[in-house]
Amino acid sequence: MEYFLTEQQKTLKSLARRIAEEKILPVRADLDEKEEFPWETIKNLAESDLFRIFIPEQYDGMGTSSLDLCLVVEELSRVCSGVAVSYAATALGAYAILLYGSEEQKQKYLPAIAAGKRLAAFGLTEPTAGSDVSNIKTTAEKTPEGYVLNGTKQFITNGGEAEIYTIIALTDKSKGARGASAFIVEKDTPGFTFGKKEKKMGIRTSSTRELVFRNCVIPAENLLSKEGIGFIMAMRVLDHSRPGISAQALGIAQGALEAAVDYARQREQFGQPLISLPVVQYKLAEMATQVEAARALVYSVARTIDSGVKNFTEESAMAKVFASDVAMRVTTDAVQVCGGAGYMRDYPLEKMMRDAKITQIYEGSNEVLHTAIAMELRKRKGRRE
Amino acid sequence: MNIIVCLKQVPGTTEVKIDPTSNTLVRQGIKSVVNPLDSYALEEGVRLKEHYGGKVIAITMGPPQATEILRDAISTGADDTILLSDIAFAGSDTLATSTTLAKAIEKINKYDLVICGRQTLDGDTGQVGPELAEMLGLPFIAYVSKIETIADGKIKVQRMVEDGYETIEAALPAVITVVKEINVPRLPSLRGLTRAKSAQIPTWTAQEIGTEKGTVGQAGSATWVVKVFYPQRVQTAEMLKGDPEAQVETLIEKLKEAKII
Amino acid sequence: MGISVDKEKCTGCGNCVSTCLFGLIDIVDEKARIKEAGCTLCGACRDACAFEAIRIEKEIAEVLVGDEHRGVWVFTEQRNGEIKNVSYELLSKGRELADTLKTELCAVCLGYNIKDIGQLTAYGADKIYLVDDPSFANQSEDPYVTELVRLIKQHKPEIVLAGATPFGRSFFPRVAAILKTGLTADCTGLDIDTEKRLLRQTRPTFGGNVMATIICPAKRPQMSTVRPRVFKKNQPDPARKSQLIKVDFNKESISSKTRLLNFVADLTEKVKLEDADIIVAGGRGLGKPENFQLIRDLASALGAAVGSSRPPVDEGWIPYSHQVGQTGKTVCPKLYIAVGISGAVQHLAGMQTADCIIAINDDPNAPIFQVANYGIVGDLFKVVPLLTEKLKTV
Repeated sequence: MEYFLTEQQKTLKSLARRIAEEKILPVRADLDEKEEFPWETIKNLAESDLFRIFIPEQYDGMGTSSLDLCLVVEELSRVCSGVAVSYAATALGAYAILLYGSEEQKQKYLPAIAAGKRLAAFGLTEPTAGSDVSNIKTTAEKTPEGYVLNGTKQFITNGGEAEIYTIIALTDKSKGARGASAFIVEKDTPGFTFGKKEKKMGIRTSSTRELVFRNCVIPAENLLSKEGIGFIMAMRVLDHSRPGISAQALGIAQGALEAAVDYARQREQFGQPLISLPVVQYKLAEMATQVEAARALVYSVARTIDSGVKNFTEESAMAKVFASDVAMRVTTDAVQVCGGAGYMRDYPLEKMMRDAKITQIYEGSNEVLHTAIAMELRKRKGRRE
Repeated sequence: MNIIVCLKQVPGTTEVKIDPTSNTLVRQGIKSVVNPLDSYALEEGVRLKEHYGGKVIAITMGPPQATEILRDAISTGADDTILLSDIAFAGSDTLATSTTLAKAIEKINKYDLVICGRQTLDGDTGQVGPELAEMLGLPFIAYVSKIETIADGKIKVQRMVEDGYETIEAALPAVITVVKEINVPRLPSLRGLTRAKSAQIPTWTAQEIGTEKGTVGQAGSATWVVKVFYPQRVQTAEMLKGDPEAQVETLIEKLKEAKII
Repeated sequence: MGISVDKEKCTGCGNCVSTCLFGLIDIVDEKARIKEAGCTLCGACRDACAFEAIRIEKEIAEVLVGDEHRGVWVFTEQRNGEIKNVSYELLSKGRELADTLKTELCAVCLGYNIKDIGQLTAYGADKIYLVDDPSFANQSEDPYVTELVRLIKQHKPEIVLAGATPFGRSFFPRVAAILKTGLTADCTGLDIDTEKRLLRQTRPTFGGNVMATIICPAKRPQMSTVRPRVFKKNQPDPARKSQLIKVDFNKESISSKTRLLNFVADLTEKVKLEDADIIVAGGRGLGKPENFQLIRDLASALGAAVGSSRPPVDEGWIPYSHQVGQTGKTVCPKLYIAVGISGAVQHLAGMQTADCIIAINDDPNAPIFQVANYGIVGDLFKVVPLLTEKLKTV
């Protein structure tokens, strides 16, 4: 397939693949087994400038192409999506500063993120606010000393490992969602601690933790943009980051497809390689087609964003919904093709299947995103230019 | 601090296989790569530069295609590169190679440290480093596994000897060879790759480095390859038959017969 | 100088293409074409051509005739006064070379408080040049380089051999560089072209895939390093006589550009692999580091040392000091048991001279069976524990 990548994008993609194969592949099973944060790999990614590709040049980055980020996340996920999500979550945390930060805030935080010296995270979800994000309870009360944060964020990717957090909290409880605002909170701020480290089904090397705020005072200048638009900001930021999750799903599916084909070529049953059996051929062909369709959608949505359009909620949701469903189906089928071996932890497929599931759930569950797509459909009466 | 790193282009030997029927080298799919041990030398040079400042100059002697490994060197942190390429250099043994490198290094003139890999994967002699040091008349330390400090014009290193580690000090400039325990080479950076693509790589010829006639290439080589052949191997093992129990029984009998146990 | 293809003779058969170690030959319009840049004029293609179509013209260096260099020298390496086995191995080989050349065999022995000098005579030395001085107490290389160069210049031997030990491989090239002569590393074969009075040095290259025979026609001395355990020691003859020359050593002439500050012995390695009579070695087939226990168990039942091929070392399952092969140690035990080792040439290069080799592998086509005396095709996880059990009862 010709993906019409530029020379620079091809270079980027092959660099990401090299890191994945040379640095991540040898440790992925161990990272998964031990549920350890992949600091060594993060260092490799930083050394190779991969944290620069979602940061503008004036802040020591190398541009902000959505497609570039997708290419990297896809390649990393092809080998280990746990590492990939730790990387992509930093992009998510950085996006809020990038899109809504003041010049001073950008100068202060983005160069360190670009250099990979400090990881970022994004804190929105709470025990009472999953898909129903408007039901957040964390508050930020304005005082002469600054804002005082109280509350708990749940399931936060890079929690505990990141140093820069973008936190959504209510500055005006009476206004509900319209009273939400976004803040930058640095690790080690007094009153900011980490709670439970979650034990997950998949993406186990990534860190998922509670963020606990108890009378945590942050300077007033850590407010992003202005009070009251926190919720809109969060939605916009997620629209931006969602193609990254679709690329993650795509990478998982690609990795599973390759592993299944390799196995089917080698494994002999009934006197011939599995891949000679029509039932296996059909399944593999179906998987490959799904993967290519997902890639086509993910890449074109990323390109749509890169073209500078203002609203891409629907496109971004479609890519995420489709690619994550493909990832789940392809990994499940890949395990099936490999039979008993696929189910064993000695092979990477069961991990890929576990990893795939989260892509249907986080950054907007597929159900919520279907609703979002339907709302857009209603607005534009289903028509396209 | 200016650091010169010597690199060599070698066939990716891990893929070298012998065709059992023709008993010749199977070359398909073999790419040329930078000698693996040289990448540790380069990494150490880049780390020293990052720590002490200065620049890393990567040099290699080889055919024009060898610019590829110099571009790779740029992508992983080398600042300048020089290709030594001239038909007059063809057929060099280690003596002629180190003569050529020494001439080029003398032409570079301003440098504090020369780093080489311990040995190459193809020739496997490990001789160029020490010979080069002697031609430059510089202190030489082989098998360096850690550079402890560089200060006051001196380098202090740890090096591996067969029964332990030595800490050694020498005045700069010096020549060292490194072992793979010294570091983990980094992968290219995106900025490095971009720079490598457009970098101009100067080529120095025999005339430019001022080698004397008869000292480089085949003419300057003291050793000559007179024959190249492939080791002949045929299956000689007596295969022990039966289930594991029987195999082990037979084996123990055989070992007893041979009075090994 | 150069290489050329005689278009008249070339049939475009392509035999030469695969012989080129550097991939410089292709067939264009049914004729071989050789890219000259990168060619080392090794002659592999010429030897493979059935039609004598490839010509190599070298500026033929005159083989030295009537040269005054005579005698075979062995640099006798010692550590803390203990002479290394490789020195005796080289003397044994050197004796053979000296006899063929009808010349004398000399041992050059530099060190401090060196023990068992008499052994050098027993292994074949006719003459011993001895420098016993505190300047050589540690193995700071510079004094060795300076003094050996001086002795060579003074006495003009035609051949000088040294062990391809870490020390030898570091200091010997410097001697060669100063003398501007050739040095061939890691030789596995040495013999004499009697007609031309040349040393023919054969060594593995390309990771042991290829053997090359090398000469040094126009420079003297001819120098080689040889790995420990490559040549066998002769029976020592205590009745032999030799001449001991205590070299008049000038301290002033020696200075060192490097300074040894500290030495820390590495105590992790208990059994010296090179000296073990029995070695049990494991390879990639073990699958994971824990399974090295099987190897250790078998080794302890046999009182053997534990070895490894390269992959487990690269994977970090076992320290490098256990690695046998081209980039590890060369061993020559009485018994070598290779478990789950496929037998890449690089590994074979380090162990194939063992007296008896047993290979246990599940792949009947594994190259290890080409050098083994006894082969067991089977599941090592069944065979090895069984073998360990049975041996305990023997």
